[in-house]
Amino acid sequence: MEADLLRFATAGSVDDGKSTLIGRLLFDSKSLFSDQLESVERVSRERGHEYTDLSLLTDGLRAEREQGITIDVAYRYFATPRRKFIIADTPGHIQYTRNMVTGASTADVALVLVDARKGMTEQSRRHAFIATLLGVPHMVVCVNKMDLVDWSEEVFEGIRREFAEFATRLRLRDLTFIPLSALHGDNVVTRSEKMPWFDGAPLLSHLERLHVASDRNLVDVRFPVQYVVRPQSHETRDYRGYAGTIASGVLKPGDRIRVLPAGLETTIASITTADGPLEEAYPPMAVTITLKDEIDISRGDMLCRPNNVPAVMQDIDAQVCWMDESAQLTVGKTYAIKHTTRWARAVVKAIDYRIDINTLHRVEGVEGLSLNEIGRIRLRSTKPLFVDPYLTNRQTGAFILVDESTNRTVGAGMIVGESAG
Amino acid sequence: MKSHVMSQLAALEAESIHIFREVAAESERPCLLFSGGKDSIVMLHLARKAFAPSPIPFPVMHVDTGLNFAEVIAYRDRWTAQLGLRLVVASVQDAIERGIVKEEPNGSRNRIQSPVLLEAAAREKFDALFGGGRRDEEKARAKERIFSFRDEFGQWDPKNQRPEIWSLYNGRVFPGESIRVFPLSNWTELDIWSYIAEEEIEIPSLYLACEREVVERDGMLYAVNEFITLKPGETSQRLSVRYRTMGDANLTAAVASIADTVAKVVEEIAAARITERGATRGDDKVSEAAMEDRKKEGYF
Repeated sequence: MEADLLRFATAGSVDDGKSTLIGRLLFDSKSLFSDQLESVERVSRERGHEYTDLSLLTDGLRAEREQGITIDVAYRYFATPRRKFIIADTPGHIQYTRNMVTGASTADVALVLVDARKGMTEQSRRHAFIATLLGVPHMVVCVNKMDLVDWSEEVFEGIRREFAEFATRLRLRDLTFIPLSALHGDNVVTRSEKMPWFDGAPLLSHLERLHVASDRNLVDVRFPVQYVVRPQSHETRDYRGYAGTIASGVLKPGDRIRVLPAGLETTIASITTADGPLEEAYPPMAVTITLKDEIDISRGDMLCRPNNVPAVMQDIDAQVCWMDESAQLTVGKTYAIKHTTRWARAVVKAIDYRIDINTLHRVEGVEGLSLNEIGRIRLRSTKPLFVDPYLTNRQTGAFILVDESTNRTVGAGMIVGESAG
Repeated sequence: MKSHVMSQLAALEAESIHIFREVAAESERPCLLFSGGKDSIVMLHLARKAFAPSPIPFPVMHVDTGLNFAEVIAYRDRWTAQLGLRLVVASVQDAIERGIVKEEPNGSRNRIQSPVLLEAAAREKFDALFGGGRRDEEKARAKERIFSFRDEFGQWDPKNQRPEIWSLYNGRVFPGESIRVFPLSNWTELDIWSYIAEEEIEIPSLYLACEREVVERDGMLYAVNEFITLKPGETSQRLSVRYRTMGDANLTAAVASIADTVAKVVEEIAAARITERGATRGDDKVSEAAMEDRKKEGYF
């Protein structure tokens, strides 16, 4: 079988061993190059560190090295014969919630690090909450630094119980706990001999075997039209192809489809790529679809099945993470909204509450949302959007808000449903 | 039941095609930066696939340092003609003669490419430039967005990047500003080679090993050519080498190799223990933050 792709997000601070863990995964899977390692060793020596500081691998920018912090999401890559892995490595501190949200938005798996000596912290709760909010289907809690607690099963079980109890308040589909020592490599790539009481797989084997195919929504056909292909030549004069990436569902030639917003129905004539026709297409394939009937379709329209359509709505109820430091999200303000391939404008009608991401409590009566704050809001858009709840569809349930005065991306939204307006 | 799982190369290809289409749909005047290197060759291949059966709906720009391998220029001209694309050549030599930039003492024209690129992009009013950068290449690139915002001076500000969530890209700019778009962000060097093998993409033969006259400098092997001549005291030898990157002919080193087919290159890259830039680029060794600094000045 050919290798597939797995994206995972890590979050954590310098001292919980996250960088060491990533360094260990890269090093033990032979994905670290010798000149990279030499550079890290040299810099570690120059700074008087007694050990090779693997965090230097991920803290790439001079601004970060000068301040000794990780500012932004760093992407790392490694592969085994079974899988290619993309790591979105994000800093763990509360002020970097927006980076965590970015990293988690495309992740199949979230790795949450817990220091075995400290047990669960506010930070680990926050990571778990954000991963859940962003709909990451799998979570692995890495109980790290087991070497510093004498490889104690009791310590591990205590943390597992506490975390599992907390997790009942979240909607987690798959939760795994692994005791490990990133520094010594125990249970990272190879099974630890120090912890014979643990019968689970080491982290890398777990990540290699994790079944992620069924995480994709293969039921609800959603095809946002991204680009209309109309070649201007004689032999292809009548050709009109609708190019796009399949958001969800499985499509086949001959399938009846409905076009939104027009509401008209027709049949799929062909699904092609530059390599030729396909018998079926599924997410996240990028394809071009031709239809039996000539219908006026443009970018931002959506193809779906006649008996399974997204909600067509303008009043949107959503969780939003605010990502802008220069201005708050406030009631009455209008933003540009991008949902699938469709742009519109949306006005904030109400902020129902803000979520305290440390206690998960709702704070009502707030005036606005500031950088890194998450809240439940109601929007009204200038034109209808074709949406599903984020819980059932990470593609058609997501949107971004853009401040039109700066063009900056200021908010990430996850649709809950239709609001009462 | 079918598995409905894409191979990782198919998934990377789909992601890149999505990015090409998104920019073509939303930007006013996009352009693809083509260097003749393997990454830009793969980009061109992906762009062709994204819009088939239509031709690629944007022009191609080459920042010509005047120090290119002749075969690379021939490849560039042949492919852009075959695909019916408009080719914009921004000439560094010409910019030196016009006094826009000054030759650097070390002979590298890497850094002085940036003003030449920016000038040509402004003249053509390009608001989105596709580049072949990959995040596995270098630490600064690892933190750069797929849609990387540049101000009116072409500058990258690593501390002020737009959040990039899901695949909802924001390519909006005001006049004068632009977006650098990196459709190969998530590809590794090995992915590029595996894809070239799988898709049977034609590449310049410099990428394949053959016996060449080489001279060793600072532990790197440079092929003797019109830009690299023996200095007093140096001796050359005939060795089987290939190029791993395609920079300027005066500063790009080759690596010892017997991989004379793409399949053999894939095998060698899979076993390589040194990064491609570390192995072959005299000009990247300047400092820890060389790439970060160049990017801030408008580099690719």
